[in-house]
Amino acid sequence: MNDLLAALRKDLLLQWRGRAQLIAIFAFGAAALLLFSFAIGPDSQSLRQHAAGFLWLGLLLASTLSLAESFEREMEEQALEGLLLLPASARALYYGKAIANWGHLTLLGVALVPVMVVLYDAGTLRLLSLFCVILLGTAGLSAPGTLYAAMTSQTRGRQTLLPLLLFPLVVPVLLAAVKATSLLILGDPMGQFRPWISLLVVFAVLHWSLGGLLFGRVVED
Amino acid sequence: MIAVAAGGLCRRYGRRWALIEVTFDLFEGSLAMVTGRNGSGKSTLLRVLATAIRADQGSLEIFGHDARAERDAVREQTALLGHRTHLYEPLTALENLAVAARFVGGDRRRAALLARLEEVGLGDRGDDLVQTFSAGMRQRLALARVLQQRPRLVLLDEPYGHLDPPGFLLVDRFLQRLRQEGATVLMATHLVQRGRDICDRGLVLEAGRLVYAGPVGEMPAPLAADATPFAEGA
Repeated sequence: MNDLLAALRKDLLLQWRGRAQLIAIFAFGAAALLLFSFAIGPDSQSLRQHAAGFLWLGLLLASTLSLAESFEREMEEQALEGLLLLPASARALYYGKAIANWGHLTLLGVALVPVMVVLYDAGTLRLLSLFCVILLGTAGLSAPGTLYAAMTSQTRGRQTLLPLLLFPLVVPVLLAAVKATSLLILGDPMGQFRPWISLLVVFAVLHWSLGGLLFGRVVED
Repeated sequence: MIAVAAGGLCRRYGRRWALIEVTFDLFEGSLAMVTGRNGSGKSTLLRVLATAIRADQGSLEIFGHDARAERDAVREQTALLGHRTHLYEPLTALENLAVAARFVGGDRRRAALLARLEEVGLGDRGDDLVQTFSAGMRQRLALARVLQQRPRLVLLDEPYGHLDPPGFLLVDRFLQRLRQEGATVLMATHLVQRGRDICDRGLVLEAGRLVYAGPVGEMPAPLAADATPFAEGA
């Protein structure tokens, strides 16, 4: 537990130092939402129907930048190796990093919602439910994302490899998050929101458990 | 007590063998140097001993702990100063020491960490970001981080690298201090004469093979060392 808190504190401090990057990543996500809206055209009904999908696509694209960046600092002077040799628990290092990335992506998701509302005329009054969807969806992105970012951080083509490995794995998370968000925006006459949320919980638990088990094998020789 | 017992260590990168059948013992409290030409396997040997990388073949025991099966026990007693400093560039010097202190359970109060920085001549740069440091200052900070771990086995890869003449003396004092504290030290260096003056044991590697292990006084000079005299510093 001490190692986990130490790792989390370190990662939050690193993120705070790189906060300018968060603004850049938000700008990237917002730009993606803007471009997607051009693809739909001015029809407000179509825009509203596609809003949830584009919100999560924008978040997914922006997340690859954020996740890759989080391991950039670990690799510059092999700082992660230095912690492992102290020795710090690999599992604690993983959960510290994954929780920090989760917070980062949640913040990004919350910040992109007003952009979606403005560009797609798509809002909801169930803000708490929307926050829950973002929280669970980003949990499902950050856990495998952290693992794969660690795996690809030492490779030459990491900017290409990370999305290549991550995107197929998070399709179920993306699907459930888009459906749940869409139901909040467009209405839920059949009461389908709960099953999609349950699916998000299952995927989050699965990814967070596996990530903790596998991280040591990924970062150790 | 034997601090390091290496038997037939082999390590390869792709098809190339970096270490071939390296066998030697180091007694606790000894101060040893390993020398050899560039690419002879010095850094690889230190990284294997630190458990940063695994040996492909052979056995390794550090203070009686098997390096493969009891890796964490080995790591608790070992510190490595490598070519890469293990520092976080966006953090300050004090924050870097605090991060390590939290994991090793050391004193992380500002005064204690500042005292550590004073020891390496960085007392007035504690609040500066590491990314603003020169290579020599980073090396000094990395040395402070090693001291923080209170290790029984210290592995130093080119500890004089990047340092100015006062920095050379700092490393000499650092080594003497480790000797007084009873730590076992293995240092990879090209500064053969300097190493002879300080160390009591010597190892020579050539193309991954250990060609000498014994008293430093009888240690042969590594190939080409005589032809190109090294700057031995202050």
